Amino acid sequence: MAELVKVKINGQEFEAEKGKLLIEAARENGIEIPAFCYKEGYSLQAACRMCLVEVEGTPKLQVGCTLPVDVNRDGTPMVVHTESDTVKAARKSTLELLLTNHPLDCPVCDKGGECELQDMVFRYGAGESRYTERKVHTPEKQWSPVVFFDAPRCILCYRCVRACNEGMGVGALGIGNRGVVAEIIPNKHDHLECDECGACIDICPVGALTSGIYRYQTRPWEMNHVGTICTHCSDGCKTTLGVRDGEIMRGNNRDSSGINGEFLCVKGRYGFDFVNHPDRLQTPLLRNAAGGFDEISWAQALDLVSKKFTEVKSKNGKFGVIGSNHTTNEENYFLQKFARQGLGTKNIDHHRTGDLATLFDALSGKTDALASMQDVYTAKAVLVVGSDLAQQHPLLSFQARANYRHHAAHIYAVTTGEVREDKQAVASVRVQKGGELAGVESLRDKLKAEANLVIVFGDTVQGDALRKLVAFGDSLGIPVKYVGLVDYSNSRGAYDMDLLPRDGGLSREQMLAAADLDVLWVVGANPLKSAALASKNACVVVQDMFLTETAKAATLVLPAASAYEKNGTVTNVTGEVQKLKQAIKVMGTKTDLEIMGSIAKEMGLNLGIWLPEKMLEEIRSTVHGYNVALPVLSSGAAVATQPLNGKVAALPGTIGSAGDTLFTSGTLGRYSKTLNSVMEAPGSLYGGKDH
Amino acid sequence: MAKKLYNEPSPLETKVISKRWGLEGSETLDVYLANDGFKAFLKAREMTPEAIIEEVKTSALRGRGGAGFPTGLKWSFVPRTSPKPKYIVVNGDESEPGTCKDRLLIEYDPHNLIEGILIAGLAMDAHKGYIYIRGEYRFVIEKMNKAIAEAYARGYLGKNIAGTGFDFDLYTHSGAGAYECGEETALLDSLEGKRGVPRMKPPFPAVAGAWASPTLLNNVETFASVPAIIRDGGAAYAALGTPKNGGTRLLCLSGHVNKPGVYEIPLGFPMMKAINELGGGMRNGKKLKAVVPGGSSCPILLASECDIAMDYDTVAKAGSMLGSGGMVVLDEDTDMVAVALRIMRFYAHESCGWCIPCREGTTWLRKILQRFNDGGGRHEDIALIGDVAKNMFGRTFCALGDAAAMPTMSIIQKFSHEFEERLAKQGSGLVSING
Amino acid sequence: MLQSYPEGKKRSAVVPMLIYAQDETGAVTAELIEEVAKRCEVTPLQVDEVVGYYSMLHRKPQGKFHVQVCTNISCMLVGGTELYDQACKKLGLGHKQTAADGVFSLEEVECMGACSWAPMVAINYDYHHNVTPEQFDALIEGLKRAQ
Ligand SMILES: Cc1cc2nc3c(=O)[nH]c(=O)nc-3n(C[C@H](O)[C@H](O)[C@H](O)COP(=O)(O)O)c2cc1C
Ligand code: SF4
Ligand code: FES
Repeated sequence: MAELVKVKINGQEFEAEKGKLLIEAARENGIEIPAFCYKEGYSLQAACRMCLVEVEGTPKLQVGCTLPVDVNRDGTPMVVHTESDTVKAARKSTLELLLTNHPLDCPVCDKGGECELQDMVFRYGAGESRYTERKVHTPEKQWSPVVFFDAPRCILCYRCVRACNEGMGVGALGIGNRGVVAEIIPNKHDHLECDECGACIDICPVGALTSGIYRYQTRPWEMNHVGTICTHCSDGCKTTLGVRDGEIMRGNNRDSSGINGEFLCVKGRYGFDFVNHPDRLQTPLLRNAAGGFDEISWAQALDLVSKKFTEVKSKNGKFGVIGSNHTTNEENYFLQKFARQGLGTKNIDHHRTGDLATLFDALSGKTDALASMQDVYTAKAVLVVGSDLAQQHPLLSFQARANYRHHAAHIYAVTTGEVREDKQAVASVRVQKGGELAGVESLRDKLKAEANLVIVFGDTVQGDALRKLVAFGDSLGIPVKYVGLVDYSNSRGAYDMDLLPRDGGLSREQMLAAADLDVLWVVGANPLKSAALASKNACVVVQDMFLTETAKAATLVLPAASAYEKNGTVTNVTGEVQKLKQAIKVMGTKTDLEIMGSIAKEMGLNLGIWLPEKMLEEIRSTVHGYNVALPVLSSGAAVATQPLNGKVAALPGTIGSAGDTLFTSGTLGRYSKTLNSVMEAPGSLYGGKDH
Repeated sequence: MAKKLYNEPSPLETKVISKRWGLEGSETLDVYLANDGFKAFLKAREMTPEAIIEEVKTSALRGRGGAGFPTGLKWSFVPRTSPKPKYIVVNGDESEPGTCKDRLLIEYDPHNLIEGILIAGLAMDAHKGYIYIRGEYRFVIEKMNKAIAEAYARGYLGKNIAGTGFDFDLYTHSGAGAYECGEETALLDSLEGKRGVPRMKPPFPAVAGAWASPTLLNNVETFASVPAIIRDGGAAYAALGTPKNGGTRLLCLSGHVNKPGVYEIPLGFPMMKAINELGGGMRNGKKLKAVVPGGSSCPILLASECDIAMDYDTVAKAGSMLGSGGMVVLDEDTDMVAVALRIMRFYAHESCGWCIPCREGTTWLRKILQRFNDGGGRHEDIALIGDVAKNMFGRTFCALGDAAAMPTMSIIQKFSHEFEERLAKQGSGLVSING
Repeated sequence: MLQSYPEGKKRSAVVPMLIYAQDETGAVTAELIEEVAKRCEVTPLQVDEVVGYYSMLHRKPQGKFHVQVCTNISCMLVGGTELYDQACKKLGLGHKQTAADGVFSLEEVECMGACSWAPMVAINYDYHHNVTPEQFDALIEGLKRAQ
């Protein structure tokens, strides 16, 4: 526990931790010391000089962002003035200096209304400038499909440089030239080779770095800001969608209130544009005699499906139901209920991307053995096994890196290739695929000496290997927690909601291979992308956003809404439930829950009211560990689910990650113009392949 | 470059660190050894580190790089017992306009510098040193390298120096054109292969300097003064100067004097005597207008303020600084608008760009002054120049901002009438204000 | 060069390596940046940042004889500005310009540390002190002949 000392700010006495930066100590007590270059969590710069304050006993103004709180030499409290005439004059003068070469075209600047410089001038003056010299103009530059740079607007606070280097571990931004012509430069001279995460844009206090897809499209105050969860990987970042007239204009993390704080990757920030891709399905499609599709009405479609389902059910036919790891918990829950209770089938599965069943079984009897997202940031040590986190789990990668930067956590990597974690790692072990356990074993002595450990492992560690990994963890004699990596926004939810071939049900592969399947119902998945359907006579009903390989083979296609178009909850890779909030509506589509509910209604089934809130109620009372606190959830926070406990039976079927990269995201990625443009741009750090 | 650059020794000089300059082959080890060379080192080898530092404290030697910080005190800040390696870094960036002395110390007496560094090494328990020399001084770097090579060859560097069991490695390191790299922490960043941007203090270099290790950093002349201090004793050295201002220092005399040159004078030497006697008086019989006492970053002194002794404290009392020893003498014809502009052009060019007040302030001032000088001045500019300079002063990250602000403030304060006269000459005011 | 620095501190060689390499190759090219980055174990961007910072490092070749005239205060007071103007005329070049034939380039430089022997001119790394207008012309003519 840090020592508390007294400090007097603006005549009021406070207690603050000794050594805490004055700017933080003041902020905690409701006193704002303005700053540009100071950014919590990043290295100190003391460059902008906005935070100068008066400290009694020192003749010069002191730098609030680097001054640690302490008592004076004689033991009396430090006496600080943040609003004295001298301080105000200094601030005003700093702003005046800053504005000397800053364009004053706020009305047409992309940052207008959200600009920290604008706000500061409004608050602290320097509205009228005494500067009458000519400003230096340099043309704007495009550094990547998504990053534009306008040098004259840059105030050189170096936030972008730090966000990229320290936060992302990429280091694609630097400083070129010297003095007044100093400017931010990209790593490839005239373009960027990077993650394209847009963190630099987000952290830029002014309109110097702007987003290629958003710039000059709208003004911030013309948008509604909808906080929801990114639909791409399983890390579950909160993203705030800026919506104008039913169109998503941008994604960012305006209020940094999610589990991801400041962080978003390229997909979370830009990968929403599949929603209005021209290929998006907006009418139900029925296969015609010629082998093509006819557009039909929703009424016709629901009628056809329900009749078919009723018919097959009544003659005891064979159903196969494949759910999604993108759809909500409510939808998944409803789907399994539909399958089990409504259709009377156990043949239900989804694309399982990590061996959660074995993990939960191996952890039987343990409590608190599943790591939360926060644990990855606070653990004393983090071991990454068989995954390139920066590519597949950008937030987990960020968390581990932040843990290293802020708490000097020990990072270990056991991977088949180079990974970004190597830069921070105490030890990196390169192994052949399948040799992960031996690699882990070689770190035993080091790991044993750690105070605690989080092991993050990928899909190559499954079955027996996974049991051995947990046994290894047990044998270390220190507290160990686990993160079993899975793909997409709701893999955990699909597992937890029981989209699983339990008790003799057919697995995904078995359904596809069953020659006598009567109905294959696929909700938001694309199993026929990599496998063929054996049953020639099966009626294939597909709910999807696009005409995927599976939809192309369908009898009936029902146009579904995306995650950005629905309410509900999803569970991320670390088992935390978060709320999806509908941002837009796409004409002609229905949420999967509504589609399923309507079919149930047509079939005369009573599966409960298909409203997300009602379903969540039911989930909370029936699904193990999901009795989450609603007020917390509604506030937009993540709520941890309780780890499963007790014997978990083995399941048939294969498990494997789709192996998406930073720039791919299955079907959704394929239809995202921005992700594709980034991938094709010169200098993409990762030329990923679609999966 | 056959011509020797040092002036003919003057009886007014007190030759301590420049005493070998006139000797034939003064840059060679043999001449150095024949003239007291390495006696101090051998003596220091017999002393405890504490005693060495004490001797330096007694000498009242103050840093010759600019700030005039007491050297012995600085030496005592380095945690000698730190388990980390310790480094000696020599500041040979010599970029302060008006300053041209460190190069002579290296050109004509490099082994004396080596000896000073070695003594510091003994006192710090350091075994590696770097001499950072500005990139433009390639010939100086080469002279230094030659001397280092000779010292290695003769056992005065490397392992078991002069049979004393003390090891020390010394290297030169070239800059590449940046005044800011003279600032000690920017120098360290530059030494580490980065942009020469100053570092936050604390930690001070003494605790975490080069490669985050304890580092003793002093100016070339400061180190060069050490052998004499150890050899003849701190007290004797101190006695050459005035209280708290020990010893001698090199005065780089330039500008409108008859005999510009680098002279070694004791601290406390009268400024007017330096101009009139050492410098041979004003050129062309002109009258003295003003003096930049210690490099262009010092506030300018009016002729009437120059009747003072040149020690740190007296010059400070007169409102200026002794700085780096670069004394620029201005005669009555000097155009102070042009001087102010030239000084600001320099600082604007050299600002590293890290912090707002310096980066934007120097450029703004340069632009106003340029416009003013080009005939586009306005009355309100005069106050504005002073105000912008004042707004920079004391608020920048490092002292470069102050270095730009101080002379400007002093010129506006003391010579605003010259700015007014310019305006009057400008006449109708029908001039463009966009410079 | 890399051996001068403590172990693991290869980055320290970046500035001297760049300037010595530039002397050989004439300019800091993209390839040179890559090479220095590799040798000093930093990213090319980190080298690029350095190149932009130091005024002696340049990306385009200068003349075979790079003429630098100091006009900073000590030189200015005793004819440095006039000497620079003369150089412009004599060489037909402006600040930081290189002649088409690549023989001469000109730069108005900041204080070079020759204040007591002002005005000064440097040609490449050679300092010329107390340069009179006549001496300057003779110097340039001599170089032209030597060329
Ligand atoms: C902008 C700036 C430039 C400086 N340039 C030099 C320089 O060229 N040479 C030098 O020795 N000190 C220079 N200094 C002073 C150094 O920061 C440092 O105080 C000095 O080298 C310490 O050595 P000393 O105590 O022996 O003087 C400069 C300081 C500033 C703020
Ligand atoms: S005062 Fe600021 S911009 Fe100027 S040199 Fe120092 S840090 Fe750089
Ligand atoms: S916030 Fe302190 S200097 Fe920028």
